Amino acid sequence: MEFDWDWIARNTDSLGEHALVHLRLALLPVLFGLLIALPVGVLCRRWGWLYPPALTIANVFYAIPSLALFMIFIQYTGLTASTVMIPLTLYSLSVLVPNVVDGLASVSDPVRQAATAMGFGPLRRLLRVELPIAVPIVIAGTRVAAVSSISLVAVGQLIGQGGLGYDIIRGYQLSFPTQIIAATVLIVLLALVTDAILVTVQRLLTPWARVRGKVS
Amino acid sequence: MITFEGVTKRYPGGTVALDDVSLDCPTGRITVFVGTSGGGKTTALRTINRMVEPTSGRVLIDGQDVREHKPAELRRGIGYVIQHAGLFPHRTIEDNIATVPYLLRWNKKKARARAHELMERVGLERSMARRYPFQLSGGQQQRVGVARALAADPPIMLMDEPFSAVDPVVRAELQDEFLRLQDELHKTIVFVTHDVDEAIKLGDRIAVFQTGGKLVQVDSPETLLARPADDFVAGFIGHDRGIRRLSFIPASSAPLSERDVLPADAPVERARDAAGGWVLVVDADRRPLGWAAAAGLPASGVVGDASLAPIGHTFDVAGDSVRAALDAAILSPSGRAVGVDAEGRLAGVADQQDLSTAIARAGADPRPAEAAEDGG
Repeated sequence: MEFDWDWIARNTDSLGEHALVHLRLALLPVLFGLLIALPVGVLCRRWGWLYPPALTIANVFYAIPSLALFMIFIQYTGLTASTVMIPLTLYSLSVLVPNVVDGLASVSDPVRQAATAMGFGPLRRLLRVELPIAVPIVIAGTRVAAVSSISLVAVGQLIGQGGLGYDIIRGYQLSFPTQIIAATVLIVLLALVTDAILVTVQRLLTPWARVRGKVS
Repeated sequence: MITFEGVTKRYPGGTVALDDVSLDCPTGRITVFVGTSGGGKTTALRTINRMVEPTSGRVLIDGQDVREHKPAELRRGIGYVIQHAGLFPHRTIEDNIATVPYLLRWNKKKARARAHELMERVGLERSMARRYPFQLSGGQQQRVGVARALAADPPIMLMDEPFSAVDPVVRAELQDEFLRLQDELHKTIVFVTHDVDEAIKLGDRIAVFQTGGKLVQVDSPETLLARPADDFVAGFIGHDRGIRRLSFIPASSAPLSERDVLPADAPVERARDAAGGWVLVVDADRRPLGWAAAAGLPASGVVGDASLAPIGHTFDVAGDSVRAALDAAILSPSGRAVGVDAEGRLAGVADQQDLSTAIARAGADPRPAEAAEDGG
């Protein structure tokens, strides 16, 4: 078996295009997941009894095979990108909801009390004090969700929406390993780069946590 | 003035945190809430800024019910310092201090200028302005906490065990600076502590709380030590309250003598018949040099040639208490305490008998300090 560099050279455009589609399919669900997990996490912190059922529901979603979820959503959204992104969004919740809750729980009692006593109302306290302090833990969860989402998207090719998943399946059908290897390596690279970007974002957003890491 | 009128806090489970508490915290003074844990002192503190709402009774600030203000607005006008400082980890020191000014919509420049001014005031270096809280020691964090509470210059400060989490040396330092600051600022301060010594050191008035949220005594520290209201208070203050009371008797009330005091150039013969076996040697400026033992004097010459035992510590006749004088006497080789004036010159010597006389006299006095207290 020989790796066909010429094929790579001839197909950079289509590989690049697939990579972009792949990223969009993988990361939009993480973004939507965050948008859902933030309010859900806040509510779970506010009313503790909500958290166990919310976490159970998120975990049940995660336990359903993606294929089964595709079959369910195909009835409503057809063979579109949504059919891939909705299950991925639901999957991300099982990581993101507990991370938002843990992040908010990482705000110490004295800090919360001080904020209240300084005259922060509940909403302002959440936005200015609690959520900023939760950022490092929320981003840690986002990294896990993003990386697993990037690897999961490929399955979407089963309904024609898989980004680089296309090249894996195509390579298999044509018994052409170069295409499979190229797509796989690209997926891994996308995951690593995304992770590195998130780490950078976290450092920029939370200089106070970065310095702490250096000192201790 | 902060006024508690029959304030009771009962929690749904039936626990009573405050039981019909009535007291005044006078304007410009430090009122200390002290007591056993579960005594309700922190709960009482928090009714002032509405972090706890009483089940019944009222809390008034200058005659106005605190419930007439929205909680967040009320709190922006009341400084608050807590045990572990509670600094915002994600904000720099200057922005932590400027928290309330920001909430009050001061512009950033003015708020930061105010923060820098306060850093200086509480003894923090300007170079710390851009650091984050975790980079500071516990004592420094607590100073930031105090600066943050003072930022918008609130007339009232609530302090909930602010110095409890730091080591004793730093604590004493923070307490002294806190008193110095209060001398300049004259805030109305309510200070919660479980440490009786801290209460006595800082309080103009002390309110003693007992388990179950009962207020058992409100008095000046002197009165509290001299006349505890009941066995609980007496036990809480501790068995050495007699000794502690000495802190409130001025050393100036002790009779001082010039007995057995000699200048360094006096001939040794004059020291031989010293009554107590010791002579205090002073220089030409009357600064004490040390104690010379009559038994160990050289055969001839001046007393300054004798080997002198160190004085230990002296006491300041104008500023120190009988407690400091007594301590000086106990530690002195001659058993006598050396009193000096502000310039360090000898004011006189007092032995333990002289100090007892001062103590007995103070005990017989109808406590002038308390009379003044009632007026304020």
